[in-house]
Amino acid sequence: MNAMHHYLPLLGVLVVVAGFALRFNPVPVVVLAGVVSGLCAGKSIGEILALLGNSFVSERALLLFVLTLPAIGVLERAGLREHARNWIASLRSLTFPRLLIAYLGLRQILSMLGLTNVAGQAQTVRPLLAPMAEAAAEKRGSPLDANERNDVRAFSAATDNIGLFFGEDVFIALGAVLLIQGFYSQHGITLEPLHIALWALPTAIAAFVIHAIRTVLFARRIHSATVRPEVSKDERSSSQAAMRQHAED
Amino acid sequence: MLKIEHAYWLIALFLAGAAWLNLRERRWPHAVFWAVLAALLAGGDYVLAATKAHHELPAQLAGVGVIALAALSPRMQRGHLAERDQAEREAEALRLRHRLFGPALLIPLVTLLVALFGGRLVIGGLPVFAKAQMTLTGLALACVVALIAALVVTRAKPSAGLTEGRRLLDTLGWAALLPLTLAALGGVFAATGVGAAVADLVRLLIPVQSALACVVAYGLGMVLFTAIMGNAFAAFPVLTAGVGLPLLIHLHGANPAILGAIGMVTGYCGTLFTPMAANFNIVPVALLELPGQNDVIRAQWKTGALLLVVNLLLMYFLVFRF
Repeated sequence: MNAMHHYLPLLGVLVVVAGFALRFNPVPVVVLAGVVSGLCAGKSIGEILALLGNSFVSERALLLFVLTLPAIGVLERAGLREHARNWIASLRSLTFPRLLIAYLGLRQILSMLGLTNVAGQAQTVRPLLAPMAEAAAEKRGSPLDANERNDVRAFSAATDNIGLFFGEDVFIALGAVLLIQGFYSQHGITLEPLHIALWALPTAIAAFVIHAIRTVLFARRIHSATVRPEVSKDERSSSQAAMRQHAED
Repeated sequence: MLKIEHAYWLIALFLAGAAWLNLRERRWPHAVFWAVLAALLAGGDYVLAATKAHHELPAQLAGVGVIALAALSPRMQRGHLAERDQAEREAEALRLRHRLFGPALLIPLVTLLVALFGGRLVIGGLPVFAKAQMTLTGLALACVVALIAALVVTRAKPSAGLTEGRRLLDTLGWAALLPLTLAALGGVFAATGVGAAVADLVRLLIPVQSALACVVAYGLGMVLFTAIMGNAFAAFPVLTAGVGLPLLIHLHGANPAILGAIGMVTGYCGTLFTPMAANFNIVPVALLELPGQNDVIRAQWKTGALLLVVNLLLMYFLVFRF
C-alpha cells in the first residue's frame, strides 16, 4: 500500500506522454498532468492551485523572448527577411554548409562565454539565419519546393539548438556547471567549477563534428535533389521569383 | 536601477496591447488569453511576496489564471493576419539594404555589452543594473533600443511596434506559453515526489553490480527523464541523487566531476528529442511557420542520437579512470 502511494504521482507523467502521443493541445495536457500528480500526492485543490500559480510566476523569465517581437516585426515589415535572402544569394562563395557550420561554431563559442541570449530562435533564426539558409540552398540553381524550404528552416532551427546546448555546458559562471557543483556540495562533495566545465569539452567538440558532417550531407541531398539542366538562366530566375511569390501566399 | 522586474512589466504592457488589438477585432479568445497572461506577468512579484508571507490566496488566483490559459489554448487557432504586401517589402528591402541589419544586430550587441560591462556602470553613485539576472535585463533593454532603432531606420509609425509585434505574437499563439507551463509542471513534479519515484523504479530494474549497466541506466535515465520534463536541469538532481551518487560514485567509484559533466550533456541529448522542450523545439515550429509540430525534432534527432552514443562511451571509459 505504501509503495503504491510512492509511485502514484507517476500518473502525471503518464498524462503527459499520452497527451503528446494523442496530439492534444500541449498546454492543457501539461496543466492537467500537474493537477493529476498533485491529487495523487494527496494535495488539496487549494494547495495544487497555489503550487501551480507559484511555479508559473517563478519561471516568468522564459517569456522574455517575446520582447524581441516588436523590433523584429517592424524590420520584417520593411523587408528584413527579403534583404537577408538577397544578400546571401549575392555572396557566391557562401554555400549552405559554410553558412550553417559557421553559425554552429559561433553559437557554441558565444554560449561557452555565457552569451546564451545573444542569439536564439526569435532573435536570430527567424529573421536572419532561416532566410539566409534558404538563399544559400537555392544556389544549387533551382528554387526550393515547399517541403525542401521547410526542411531547410527546420535544419536551421536545429543548428541553433545544438550550438546552444553543447556550448552552454562548458560555461563556468552560470547554468549547468553551477547546478552540478551546487548539487554535489549539498551531498558533501566539493568540486571546482572549471574542473566540471572541462569534462564537458569532449562532448562539445563531438557535437560540432557530428552536426557539421550532418550539415554537409543534408546540403548534398538538397543540392542534388532537383537540378533541371535544360532550363535556361532567364527562365530559371523568373520561375524562381514566381515560386517565391507562391510560397509566400 | 534597472531590474528584471522592469522587463516583466514591459512584457505585460506589450501583452496588454496585443490583447487590446485583438479585442478591437473581436478575436475574443486571443484577447482574453493575452490579457490573463499580462496580469500574471505584472502580478508575479506580488504573488511571490505574498507566498513568502504565508498568504496563499494570490498564488491560488494565479493558479486559476494558469488553468484559464490552458482552457483557452485549444481555441487559439493561428488565423491569417494581414502582412504587408510582398512587393512592397521587396522594394523597401532594396532601398534600405544593410541598414536593416543594424537594429536586428543591436539586440545581441546591447545584450553583450550589458553582460560584459553592465556591472561597472554607475550613475550618481547608484549602479544602473541590478546584479540579479543582469544579462536578461540587458536583453530586455536591447529589445527596446532595437525597436527605437528599427522605427528610425524604417521611418515606420511607433504604433507599428505594437501591430507588427502582435502579428508575430499571434503567429506564436499558445506555443509562446508552453515553455512556462512546462517549467511550472517541473515545479509541481518536484513537489509531489515524481522524481524520487522514477529513481527508485530505475534501481529496481537494473543489475546494480554491473558498472556498465549503471552507466547505461544513468545515461538513458537522464535522456528519458529530460524528455519527459523537457529540461535536463530538472532531470539531473533526480537521477544523480537516485542512481549516480549511490550506484556509480559510492558503489563503483566513479569520478563525480566527469560523471556530472557528461551526465548533464547526456540529458541535453534528450532535449533534442522531446516536444516538452517547447522553447527549443515547438516555439521555432510556430516562428518558422512549419507544417508539422515535430519538424524541428525530426531535423535534429539524428545528431542527438549519435551524440548520445558518444556520451555513453565517454562516460564509461572516463569516469572510472580518473
